[in-house]
Formats: sequence, structure tokens, C-alpha cells
Amino acid sequence: MLKLLKIELFKIFKRPRTYIAFGAIAAIVFLIQVALKFDGKSYVDLLMSNLSGSFEFSDDFKGRLLNGYLICFVILNTLLIQMPLLVALIAGDSIAGEANMGTLRLSLTKPVSRTEYMLVKFAASVVYTLALLIWMAALALFGSMLIFGTNDLVVLRSEGIEQMKSFDVLWRYFAAFGYAAVALTTVSALAFLLSVFAENSIGPIIATMSIVIVFTILSEMNIPIYDTTVKPYLFTSHMVAWKGFFYVKADAEGTTINGSIENLPAVLKSLGILVAYIILFFSTAVWVFRKKDILT
Amino acid sequence: MVPIIEVKHLTKSFRDLKAVNDLSFTVQEGQVYGFLGQNGAGKSTTIRMLLTLIKPTSGTIEIFGLDLQKHRKEILRQVGAIIERPDLYKYLTALENLRIFAAMSGIQISEKKLMDQLAMVGLEQRAHSKVKTYSQGMKQRLGIAIALVHDPKLIILDEPTNGLDPQGIADIRNLILMLSRDMHKTLLISSHLLSEMELIADSMIIIDKGKKLVEGKVNELFDPAETIVELKTTDDSETYNKLMQSSLKGFVQGKRNDCVLMKLHRNKVPEVMKELVRMDVNVISLHSKHSLEDYFLSLTTGQSNVEVA
Amino acid sequence: MKNILFLIFFMCGAFVAKAQTAEEVINNVKAKLEKVNDYEASGKMKTNVIFIKAPIANVKVYYKKPNKLRINNENGISFIPKGSVNINLNNIFINTNGFDIIDVGKESGTNLRIIKLLPKDDNAEVVLSTLYIDEMLSLIKKAKTTTKENGTYELEMTYGKYAAYGLADKVNFSFNTKDYKLPKGITFDYDDGSKKTEPADKMKNKKGKVEIVYSGYSINKGVPDSVFN
Repeated sequence: MLKLLKIELFKIFKRPRTYIAFGAIAAIVFLIQVALKFDGKSYVDLLMSNLSGSFEFSDDFKGRLLNGYLICFVILNTLLIQMPLLVALIAGDSIAGEANMGTLRLSLTKPVSRTEYMLVKFAASVVYTLALLIWMAALALFGSMLIFGTNDLVVLRSEGIEQMKSFDVLWRYFAAFGYAAVALTTVSALAFLLSVFAENSIGPIIATMSIVIVFTILSEMNIPIYDTTVKPYLFTSHMVAWKGFFYVKADAEGTTINGSIENLPAVLKSLGILVAYIILFFSTAVWVFRKKDILT
Repeated sequence: MVPIIEVKHLTKSFRDLKAVNDLSFTVQEGQVYGFLGQNGAGKSTTIRMLLTLIKPTSGTIEIFGLDLQKHRKEILRQVGAIIERPDLYKYLTALENLRIFAAMSGIQISEKKLMDQLAMVGLEQRAHSKVKTYSQGMKQRLGIAIALVHDPKLIILDEPTNGLDPQGIADIRNLILMLSRDMHKTLLISSHLLSEMELIADSMIIIDKGKKLVEGKVNELFDPAETIVELKTTDDSETYNKLMQSSLKGFVQGKRNDCVLMKLHRNKVPEVMKELVRMDVNVISLHSKHSLEDYFLSLTTGQSNVEVA
Repeated sequence: MKNILFLIFFMCGAFVAKAQTAEEVINNVKAKLEKVNDYEASGKMKTNVIFIKAPIANVKVYYKKPNKLRINNENGISFIPKGSVNINLNNIFINTNGFDIIDVGKESGTNLRIIKLLPKDDNAEVVLSTLYIDEMLSLIKKAKTTTKENGTYELEMTYGKYAAYGLADKVNFSFNTKDYKLPKGITFDYDDGSKKTEPADKMKNKKGKVEIVYSGYSINKGVPDSVFN
């Protein structure tokens, strides 16, 4: 199995298209970093515009607020919405691409069971997803830490402001990246499932993106009828739960409790739902693929 | 002789279309087995079932005496195949492609062996070129290298000469003969090119619309001296009727394209000519056709879209 | 014994009451504060605002006569409320045109003298200051300042080692906060389903509180002007 996985990864990382995603991430991260490096103050003014009536913000404050941790948060906020496309690019191609190239039929005449083949294929797209996230962490987190330094992290939320000490941030990012890995694996599993049905990779990639976009719109819309009926079951509602790691608990006097997470059970529940989706998508994919006649 | 492939009552339906219909045949060890039929006769479907790409609707397949469904991996470890076009990873080099499929075959193969394999099909100079730069013939040879790299006992080639130029076809033919004679492999080769099969196959099956028309050894199915004669006369209907009432009735195969078809031994031809003259048949031409094709024609008379190479 | 204590208490009370008019009380307080030209103080600051969860911050507070004050978080981020300059009590008395002083008398229970200051200048930002003063020690224990623009500030002081300078060990500063609303499109919140949506008015015009507990002052050692920029 490990040997097969190595083969899959070799195939993935030999393809030029694999690096599109890495390039896209680097470009977005770089653009955000440059913008905030040179015009960060006006961004902070925008963020804080609503608070300037009650608080005074010195340049020193603005400089500290705009630290590497905040930059990474801004980047994650923007990028994690786009990442599904990049993940779908590889996962959607997984089976359909082989079918399209004609290599699927040759591969399946090898002494490898279809379940094994699917496991290896899926594992490879998960590894790819992880590689993307590690790349993103390196650029968005460690890169921003290097460029902007570190300080306390202030997270804006519609309910209020979450502030945590700089020593209390890094582990949250590791947890968030871990969570994002699961969230993107869900997209990956969906694209993978759709890939089984298709004979070229464009179909599953577009279908995956369409589903993600429609679900995200439903998740973000505030329509009461969907709030309790549909939203809790959409995987996209749970994909943003990585932010839960940046929502802190406070004591009765509003003081942040270091190392706390406001609602860990909710985050874990969201995680559980995503894992359930992954299992559902993947096992359906295997079930369909095992029965499928290979006609390409 | 040991049966390598034993197919019994194999049927595959796609919705209401029966692509393969109650097909049975046996391939013995060491044979080059020709699998013949027109395009769409069910050859590819059958081969895909032999390679577990398609699940049979009913019937059984045994390879090396083992049930294919139950012993899939064991069997496939000993099988090499090309199915239709040799589609490969175009963005990888020949060597990389070979290495990938060798590894998928579940055996450890040294880099030297891989290069030897490429040398065998004449690609050692281009081992490090990307496959997208290859010609059709080179891809086909690489496909064969991949099919053989794990030293399988059974080699299944689906239309191996499709799309090749005459030189490419000759190369493949020589390779097949070498595999059979020198390396004692069992080969199952599908084709719609009957002349090709005649040159390389020991036994063959001819299928049409998913059904077996005939199966047997090539030299038993067909005596090389036996020939199909196309008899053109001024009135083919009259000629046909006259022949059916004559002593030559046994030779008559049927009528096609204003001709009467007769199957007979070469040294019977002068005798038949005399008889025709005696019967006062106005012969325009008497044309002896190449054996195997016409044997096939004789089996599928009336369906004249058979390609003849 | 009881009688003697009562007598002493009575005499003291009578003496103070007789000796100090409201003006005198104010002057005594001012005189004490006047002793401080500048200071640099370290302390811990706690922010208690309904919509902010903030950690306790290590802060440095800088003051320089007459009305410069700066709260600096030593290495982190702190939301410093507007009007925090008022934690410097001297600020109350800065009014070029002087005050009308109203003696309200003693607060029942605490025995603190309540004095109201009304700036004579009609255009002054401060409309009214109410001071709760410990006459004996000449220390302001509580102050309420009503401003034209920024609502009401409240200060509560606890004194200790630096009482001689009129500097508190602990200051509680309450201020009005405007309602919190985020610019649109900034966040895609994760809705964990646990939050009950707060009634709209609950977020509006709440009092925010900042508490600074000082660990030490360095008084009259000089503070460069640059820290106030």
C-alpha cells in the first residue's frame, strides 16, 4: 500500500498542474502581505472604525495590532474560502483523470484491489491537501511572523472582540490548520466521489465547486427557515469552525482566560460532522467504484 | 495440455444490449489464441471481463484453473495486457511509466531489468523522453514492455496492431511469435484483421454479436489448400439453381454480390470448371480468394462489412 | 474606656467639620496632587467591556504636569478607552476660569464629603464633576465627571503606599461605550449555535470598565515628552 501511495504521489507531484495551487497560494499570501505591509494602517482604521468612538488608537497600537498573527488570520479568512477549488483540482482529477488518459484500465488490470486503489488514490489527495496547508502555513503563518513579528491577536467577530496573548496564539493556529485539513479533506472526498462518475476531470471539479458555492451561500445566508433545518447539516457550515479555536472564554469581568476555547464541544461536533461526511463520501465512492464497469 | 483460460457461458448485458451472449471457450497453455470478430462483436467486452474491468452478468471465468472473481490478485499477478490503445502517462518518461506499472504488478524489478525491457522493444535510447513525444508505434511498444515487465504467464493483447503502419504491424507480429516460441508464453490476441491472425494464431475463436460462431485450431478449422471460390456468371440465380441440382451442390456456400461462393480444394478446381462447361454455365470469371478471410466470409455471409487487410 | 473613645472620636469629628470648608477640602486635595510633577507607574490593567474579551495587560502609565497621561501596554495590545486621561485626578482641577463649588455634605455610611465642581466656563468639555473626598486624608475616593461629548466617567480609587502623593494603588475607570457593530464583509463568523442573539440594546451604551492595579510609582524622576506622542 505504501509503495502504491508513493507511486500516486510521484504521479501527482510530477504534474505541472499540481503546482498551480502552490503558486496561487503563494501569490495570494504575498499580495495580502504586501498590501498590509505598506497600507496596513488604513486596514486597521477600517477594522477599528466602529470602535474609534470609545477607544483611542495610537500608531503604536496599530503597529502592534497588525502583527504576523493577525495577518495570518486575515489570510486564512480569505484563502480558506478559495482553497476548495485548489483541492478539487487534484481530487476531482483523481479517478476521472486516469479514465480520461486511459491509464485507469491498465492500472485496474494490476493485482491491486479496487478498494486498495481507491484508498491509495484518496490518501494521495489527502497528502496533497496537507502539503498545500503546510505550504500555506509556512507562508501565511511563519512568513507573516517573520515579516510582521508577533504580538497579541485580536479577532473581530460580529459579537465582539476576542483578544488573546501572543504566547497563547501559536497552538491555536496549529489546531486551526489541523481542522482546516479535515475541512478540505471533506471537499477532497466530495470531488473524489464525483470523480468516480466522470470520464474527464473538468466535470467533477466544476461540480464540486458548484456544490461548495451553493452550500456556502446557504450557510452564510440568514434565512430563519434554513437556520435550523438545512444549515446544521451542510458541511460548508462546519468548514469555518477552525475559527472556533480563536474564540476564547472570558471570566465574569471580561478577562480572557489564557488557553481557553469558548465552545470546544461545538468545534468538536463540527469536526465530527465533517469526518462523517468524509466517511460518507469516500465509502460511497468505493462502493460505486467497486461495481463500476471500466469502459474507458 | 493445460487450460489457461476457461470461459463458460459468459454473458454481459448493458441494459437491454447483450454485448456478450453465452460465450464459452478455452485457451490452452502455450497457445497463441486468436480472438476474432468485427468491430462491436464483443471482443473488447470479453477481454475486459477477463481482466476484471467489467463484471460479467453471468457465467464463469477460470484462469490458471482459479476462479477469477475469487483469486483476482493471484491471477492478475501472472497476466500482462494491453487493452485497445496503449494509454500511458504522457507527462512521464517511458522509464517512469514502466517503473510505475512494474511496481503496481507487485514485484520488485531492478532498474537494469527495466532498461533491458525497454531495450527489448527498442526504446532504450528514448527511455528518458516523455511519452507525449512518442509516435503511436513507440507507444505500442512501450505498452508491450509494460505488459511483459513482470514476466507474466498469460499475455492478453486487445487489437495490438490497431493504428500501426505496416512496419509496426510486422514488429508486433515478430514479437508475438518470439514470446510464444522462445518464451513459451500463452497469448490471447483479439483482432479484426484475419490475415494477421492466420499468421500467428494456433487456435482461434470467431465471435459475432457476442456469440461464438466457431472455435478450433487454425489448421483444423481451415485446410490451407481449401479455398473459397467466387464464381461470376451471366446469371447468378440460374447458376446457383443449376449448381444446387448438380453433383457440385456440396461445394456451394451461398450467393453474394452477383457471385456464387463455393468452398473447395485447390485440385478440385479443374474438375469443377469442366462440370460448369458441361452444365452450360456462362462463366465470366472464377476467382479464388485468400483462405482465412473467406473462411470467415463463409461463416458470416451476407454481412459483407468485414475488413480485409 | 468606651467613653474616652467616643470623646476622641467626637472631638476629631468636630474639629474637622469645623476646620474645613468645601473650598479648603479642595485646596488640600489639590496641594497633595501638586506635589507630583510626573510619574511613571507600572501596573496590571484589566479591561471589562461587554463586547471585548481581553487578557490582563502589563501596563506602564506615564504622567506629566499639567495634563499629559499615557497608558502603554508594555509589549501587548490594549484597548485604551477615550478619556482615560481622567484617571489623572489633577485633570479635574484644570479649568482656567475656576469652578463654582457646591458642598453637598457627607455621604451617609461612608462619611465621605461630597463636593460638586461646576466649571465657570460654559464652553468647557466637563459639565460637572462630583467628588467623594476623604477629608482626613485629603484623598479623592470617587469621582464622577459628566462631559458634553463623551458621557460620564467614573473613577474609584483605593490608596496605599502612595497616598501621600494622592496616587492610588488601584483605579477603577468606568466609561460609556458606543454600540459595537462590525463593518460588513470583514468576517465570516463560525456560528457554533451556542450564542443566543443578544437583545440589540444590550450591546448599546453599556458602561465599560478598566481597572488598573499599580505595583509601583516612580515619582518626580522626570518623564520624557516623547512617551506622550
